[in-house]
Amino acid sequence: MIDWSLLALNPPGWGGVLLQGLLSTMEIAVGGYLLGLVIGLFGAIGKLHGGPLARDLLEVYTTVVRAVPELVLILILYYAGTDFLNKMLALLDYEAVDISGLVAGIFVIGIVQGAYSTEVIRGAIKSIPPGQIEAARAYAIPPAKILRRITIPAMLPYAIPGLSNLWLIATKDTALLAVVGFSELTLVTRQAAGTTKSYMLFFLAAGALYLAITLISRFLIGILERRSRRGLAGVN
Amino acid sequence: MTTSPLPADETSRRESWLKPHRLVLILIAVALIAAAIIFGRWDWLPRYLPRLWSGLLVTLAMLFGSALLGFVLAVPLGLVQVTGPWWLKTPAAAFCTMIRGTPLLLQLWLLYYGLGSLFPMIPGIREFFLWPYLREAWPYGLAALTISFAAYEGEIMRGAFAGVPSGELQAARAFGMSPAKLLWRIWLPRALHRALPTLNGETVLQLKSTPLIATITVVDLYGVISRVRQETYLTYEPLFLLALIYMVLTAILVFAFRYFENRIPTRGI
Repeated sequence: MIDWSLLALNPPGWGGVLLQGLLSTMEIAVGGYLLGLVIGLFGAIGKLHGGPLARDLLEVYTTVVRAVPELVLILILYYAGTDFLNKMLALLDYEAVDISGLVAGIFVIGIVQGAYSTEVIRGAIKSIPPGQIEAARAYAIPPAKILRRITIPAMLPYAIPGLSNLWLIATKDTALLAVVGFSELTLVTRQAAGTTKSYMLFFLAAGALYLAITLISRFLIGILERRSRRGLAGVN
Repeated sequence: MTTSPLPADETSRRESWLKPHRLVLILIAVALIAAAIIFGRWDWLPRYLPRLWSGLLVTLAMLFGSALLGFVLAVPLGLVQVTGPWWLKTPAAAFCTMIRGTPLLLQLWLLYYGLGSLFPMIPGIREFFLWPYLREAWPYGLAALTISFAAYEGEIMRGAFAGVPSGELQAARAFGMSPAKLLWRIWLPRALHRALPTLNGETVLQLKSTPLIATITVVDLYGVISRVRQETYLTYEPLFLLALIYMVLTAILVFAFRYFENRIPTRGI
């Protein structure tokens, strides 16, 4: 009844195509997540220590991104981002470039993730006992070093639950790029299913791949969380 | 444009909300909106207004329908994970993990294309009284949204049921309440009360998931805007309008929930 040979790795089967899609999904998820973390770190610092203008702009950014559906944001950022870049290049007398789906995907997921990470990291920094940072200032450690040596390590135990949740969301949000035609796992699955007409087989196979990412991530996050909490008194 | 730093004190911050730099920001925002209205093309809007309205109704029906059905499913899902026998606990936990571990778009396509391709193979299904609905797209969309909401909210209900202080349940048992009465009078109300604050965020997330059903040809708000974009070849104007509508809907949801939350007594709990 079920034709398992359709999942074979070599061309008559679609297994290789699916794994290629999985690779693209992982590339975008990792890239977008890391970009989101960088945005989130600077966003959080801006929200906590920035001037009034920076705070208000960041507030607008996080509010808007969290209120608009990811699908709509992805469309707007995808078109507006590529359009804007090409207009800028034209202004500087460069040829228009065709932005690769990968870069656009990472950019889009990164902007969306950045808004959520900003809030997570801001909350985590605020839950560091203020005495620790005051002590560092009293030792006249320069601000950049305080960030690297004190703030980031001290906030990690508070930030990891939220950030790991964001990673799981990032892996699933990449599926939305299927709508703008980027060949990640969900879109290649749909193509494979449409070509072979075995919809159930391919969608279930892709579901298993996504589930595997989630379960493996959860296992690794568990290890990371225990490590980052070492030396802390139990909260629960 | 920069002014004196914000006072850290919350009360004095509220008094002086309207600062010079905020006025400038508001002016810039108004100028941007005016520029979008003047320089953008909006002549399509009156023609599509009735369709946008019906799309809005579809979106809202999908949101509240799936949230309501999903919540009804979430209560037993959470309960059996806390107190059920293993043959109920394991499938419920597996269901929540599986749904929360895969993208909603994939689940939606699995239901619509996968199940939709299997149904016609069942002999005699064309005489089945639900067949007219099974041929349409929206039941699949509603089913996928409901399942997703049930899985996420089920996990929250599990925590809520587990978090009810055991002393209250013991007291109920000491009063001689039957298990059914204990659930109905004590455990369920207390768990619901604990889960209510999360309902706001989950509903907003659910609103943001609804546009996905447009990918299986349900004409919701997003579907109408997609049609506008195909027919007018405009990129930005329809998308910005769509983003604005979703922002307004989110704001309404947040404020409505906040209003109702404030009406629920929390003293002494």
